[in-house]
Amino acid sequence: MANQAQAITPDKPDETHKRPRSHELNALLGLVGIALIFEILGWMLQGQSFLFNPQRLSIMILQVAVIGIIAIGVTQVIITGGIDLSSGSVAGATAMVAMSFAQVSTYPRAVYPEWTDLPVIIPLLIGLSCGLFAGLINGLLIAFTRIPPFIATLGMMVTARGVAKWYTKGQPVSFPTDTFASLGQGMTPVIIFLAVAALFHVALKYTVYGKHTYAIGSNEQAARMSGINVERHLVIVYAIAGLLAALAGIVVAARGLTAQAGMGIMYELDAIAMAVIGGVSLSGGRGSIVGTLIGAVIFGVIISGFTFLRLDAYYQEMIKGAIIVAAVVADVYRQRMRASSR
Amino acid sequence: MSTDRKIILKTEGLTKHYGGVHALEDADFELYEGEHVAIVGDNGAGKSTFVRQITGVEQPTRGRILFEGKEVEFHNPVAAREVGIEAVFQNLALADDLDVPSNIFLGREEVYFNLGPFSFLNQRKMYQRSREALEKTGVKIPNLHNSIANMSGGQRQCVAISRAASFASKLILMDEPTAALGVQETTQVENIIRNLKERGIPLILVSHNLRQVFNLVDKIWVFRRGRIAGMLEAGKTDGNEVVSLITGVQSGVHENASYI
Repeated sequence: MANQAQAITPDKPDETHKRPRSHELNALLGLVGIALIFEILGWMLQGQSFLFNPQRLSIMILQVAVIGIIAIGVTQVIITGGIDLSSGSVAGATAMVAMSFAQVSTYPRAVYPEWTDLPVIIPLLIGLSCGLFAGLINGLLIAFTRIPPFIATLGMMVTARGVAKWYTKGQPVSFPTDTFASLGQGMTPVIIFLAVAALFHVALKYTVYGKHTYAIGSNEQAARMSGINVERHLVIVYAIAGLLAALAGIVVAARGLTAQAGMGIMYELDAIAMAVIGGVSLSGGRGSIVGTLIGAVIFGVIISGFTFLRLDAYYQEMIKGAIIVAAVVADVYRQRMRASSR
Repeated sequence: MSTDRKIILKTEGLTKHYGGVHALEDADFELYEGEHVAIVGDNGAGKSTFVRQITGVEQPTRGRILFEGKEVEFHNPVAAREVGIEAVFQNLALADDLDVPSNIFLGREEVYFNLGPFSFLNQRKMYQRSREALEKTGVKIPNLHNSIANMSGGQRQCVAISRAASFASKLILMDEPTAALGVQETTQVENIIRNLKERGIPLILVSHNLRQVFNLVDKIWVFRRGRIAGMLEAGKTDGNEVVSLITGVQSGVHENASYI
């Protein structure tokens, strides 16, 4: 019997170590493939390299970073088997509120003329609390009324957008202090994105929080039976997603030096797309931050690749939609393969 | 034989109504230490309902549960687990996408130091203890890092049982543990059950399979239409008697059967 066990062990680890990583590996191979296609097309159609252009790459990374921050939160929500459609609106509303506490005193039409030139921590904390609040409402609704996450966060999506418009009656909020603006300048958004990604990679992989997140998405009933406080956990996960949406909103506002009521529209779908492209399963239980990170870069490469090839923006949107659907179809097929291989 | 032995679990007038449906009526049940008993009965006889009351999945409408002589009330499965009662349910209570140690320790993860949800998992310790738990129950799973989804029904059930067996100090309940399994896998599960018997851990086994019941347990409790129709000693009865109690066709076969 000992022999048998030994005979099985040597060839098995290979298989197992590959399995959990396979989605990420697939995504990585996809990324390399897509980048190479654009490189080849670049030389053929534009007569220049797509990849070896530092300026293009840095623009691409910057574009990805903001929505990537949202995608980190959305990834965790999707792993629990839920969805968050409110992130774009929450980012927009947060940007408005945070910016209104970050204005300079020299600007005569500040939202709060008596509250100008505040230290950066104040708009930052106020903004993050707004996102946390929105996320808490999402989480409480989903955990305690048992309405589908789709509906709860759709409601929040509309409500938060309403808040963003109502806050200044549609007027943009501009002229932030230099310290606030610095949150969005240069490579800061990328650093924030990577720090958030690293933090939640560790949380998902090495903590009880992560284990329970996967368990709930995998089999909510089993999680409940095992004594996991499913309701509390869902509230935490949605609150984190709201918090990260707020962070993204603050960064966008700081980067653009202005906040507008229409900011962040469709960010939620781009974030979901990044997660799904990176192998996060919409049915819950599977996915990782590393996957979403790769998904985000794939997303960025595709968008900047199309721009590079001077593809019409309308086509870009159409193709983006097709890519999202393709990623979900791939996920459905993976599941079917798994079910039939049992 | 059992007069000098301690009663582990006793229920008095245990009753569960789901609205107008009387799923369980006045169940008086007892289990002695080290004893393995089976609960048999037709579909809807109240077997699973009974198990759910004992394990804290549901709360009884009426009646008392005495565990080791003390009256207990379980508001959730965790409360039952805390006193040493573990259950293996019909629908495998496993998280498919997690690996073996994660499933075995689900809800009671080993951590380095407690920081609430953000405590760091002691993966090595969980792996080690899972390995031991599986060895103790005689289960062989080649690689514990495989997610449960990639395993056969038998392996999954073995993980579920090992999980229960490794934590249960006082009592294990199994609701149809072999219902979905093949012949070989069923044998494996039955071996685990024999192993528990040797270790002296009491067991309540819900099963439809009479051959299995006769092979494994000391006593057979027959449920019929939400009531306990009778208790038979496995060594002193035969399949016919059990079947007639289950169906209620032959009345008067047992003193308790009269009120059917």
